[in-house]
Amino acid sequence: MIEHYPALIVVLPLLFAFVVSGAAWIRKSLCFPLAVIGMGLSALFSLLLLVQVAATGLVEYRLGGWETPWGIGYHVDYLNGLVVAVVTVLAFVNMIATRKNVIQETPEKAGAFYSLYLLFIVGLTGILLTGDLFNLYVLLEVASLTSYALIGMGSGRAPMSSLNYLFVGTVGGCFYLLGVGYLYIMTGSLNMVDVATLLPQLFNSSAIVMAFIFCMVGVSIKMAFFPLHMWLPNAYGSAPTASAGLIAPLMTKVMVYVLIRLILTVFSVDFAFVVLKMGDPMVWLSSLAIVAGAVFALAQKNLKRMFCYIIVSEIGYMMGGAWLGNNAGMTGAILHILNDAIMTLCLFLCAGSIFYRIGGLDLDRLKGLFRKMPVTMACFVTGALSIIGVPPTCGFFSKWYLISGGLAAGQYGFVAALLFSSLVNAILFFRVIEISYYGDFEDHHGHGSSPEAIMDSPASMLVPLLIVSLGLIVVGFYTGGIVSHLINPILLKQGF
Amino acid sequence: MSDLVVALVGKYNYWLCVVLMMIGLYAVIAKKNLIKKLVGMNIFQTSIILFYVSIGCKKGATIPILEHRADHSVLVDATHYINPLPHVLMLTAIVVSVSTFGVALALALKVYRKHKTLEEDEILMQLRSE
Repeated sequence: MIEHYPALIVVLPLLFAFVVSGAAWIRKSLCFPLAVIGMGLSALFSLLLLVQVAATGLVEYRLGGWETPWGIGYHVDYLNGLVVAVVTVLAFVNMIATRKNVIQETPEKAGAFYSLYLLFIVGLTGILLTGDLFNLYVLLEVASLTSYALIGMGSGRAPMSSLNYLFVGTVGGCFYLLGVGYLYIMTGSLNMVDVATLLPQLFNSSAIVMAFIFCMVGVSIKMAFFPLHMWLPNAYGSAPTASAGLIAPLMTKVMVYVLIRLILTVFSVDFAFVVLKMGDPMVWLSSLAIVAGAVFALAQKNLKRMFCYIIVSEIGYMMGGAWLGNNAGMTGAILHILNDAIMTLCLFLCAGSIFYRIGGLDLDRLKGLFRKMPVTMACFVTGALSIIGVPPTCGFFSKWYLISGGLAAGQYGFVAALLFSSLVNAILFFRVIEISYYGDFEDHHGHGSSPEAIMDSPASMLVPLLIVSLGLIVVGFYTGGIVSHLINPILLKQGF
Repeated sequence: MSDLVVALVGKYNYWLCVVLMMIGLYAVIAKKNLIKKLVGMNIFQTSIILFYVSIGCKKGATIPILEHRADHSVLVDATHYINPLPHVLMLTAIVVSVSTFGVALALALKVYRKHKTLEEDEILMQLRSE
């Protein structure tokens, strides 16, 4: 059993996705518990896998018993062991927390929704665990296709936004596939470790340079890196609450992981930084992404759309950190994958909880919300402080690493962009807090409830939300342990 | 000039893929009709599938099916067989492309039911006036 953990993480949600869609024909109420079981098992096994990886350093799994370069191998080290545990646990929490939102927003489609939810997790965990470049493409498309469907379930402009996302996302996936094709022509292999051993003799080949560029462009489109971010705010902003809480924190972070994996394992640090000298321009582009995301966020009148632009800005943090090319920068980028996933989930769960009670997320409708929903708003403040980067929340520590990495690399523009975005985030969140702390609550639905009455969301939403906000502080306290035990070993192995 | 001819004729399969890819990309970016965009996207995907199929081919080679001999002394000369791996990969990519097309058509149907049109500029106008 213990040697099959990597496969079980991916296969169990797949199996349960079929069971859930079958159960929807029998009884709609069966879907949620079955989906929770599938998701919970996947999260449990990924935590056990993380323990196993922390002890041994590397877990290899051969699908179907085929030897690796020929068969598909799962290759789990500290980096993806950590990220897969975070992704599955957060997806599990989001599933529990958004049950009422699903009932409220898509009541007839519970079966379809939960099977798509699980299929999306199959895609993400597969991307994270696989050691095969082509397998990564297929699972990338599995994750993308399910996310198009999950977003398209929303109302209003959701189908149109989802279709636009589909056009852009498919082109991105095809660019990645083309890059893999170039790599295959030059090396004759698709296994990441095998390609990495074959590549150093070919560093001067222009085909490898093109392969690198195609892969980077493809992944950047999928993660909404600044000039290619146009699809993200519409798609995530109009998605149903439960889908947004699943896709927004996880999909972009997993794509940043893919980028870091391609740099660290496949193309190698030497190629990206010494042969191509991509570091400087990419850090500048990331600084631009951070500033642009922050400025666009200021212009938004809707809470969810504001979060979407903050994500664009945060992607800039991680890309910039990864391209700084030093230990602190890369540590900050990997740590920020973990932290940003938790922070974004916290904010989107707050948005879901507010939407459940108020029915809208426009900023002027949030008046007097502190009195009406004290617990939700307390969690919102925790998430906001973490995004701004106030200690002891975890957002502070990753930002600290990124800034010290920027100073060590002499990238003062990047440091300035980070500080600027922290400042803008502070303005953004204090504006929201001001609106919701002062000002009387106006009941738009005319239920006649008095403005002073506390009417927070049900406990099934608040408990997961509280756990996530506590997680922000707990992860902050354990940052030192995470960095020294999980992140540094992988960086040292790659020569940082 | 002769260098150019050699570059064009010697690697004509790559050039064809590039041309197809650009046609597809142009349609995705420039066309206003959602179905035309969809077709452009499919052309784009197909060009990459053709690219993979063409790199597996070899002149004078045959399909990689080995004859069974009674004495098990099969001598395989790899140069006589095409490389089947890119072709097998593309079976998966075709499945991906078909399912993308299916999801996109379903979404386009949903858009049409809501807006009663498939022209992107008219839909955007409706969305703005909401």
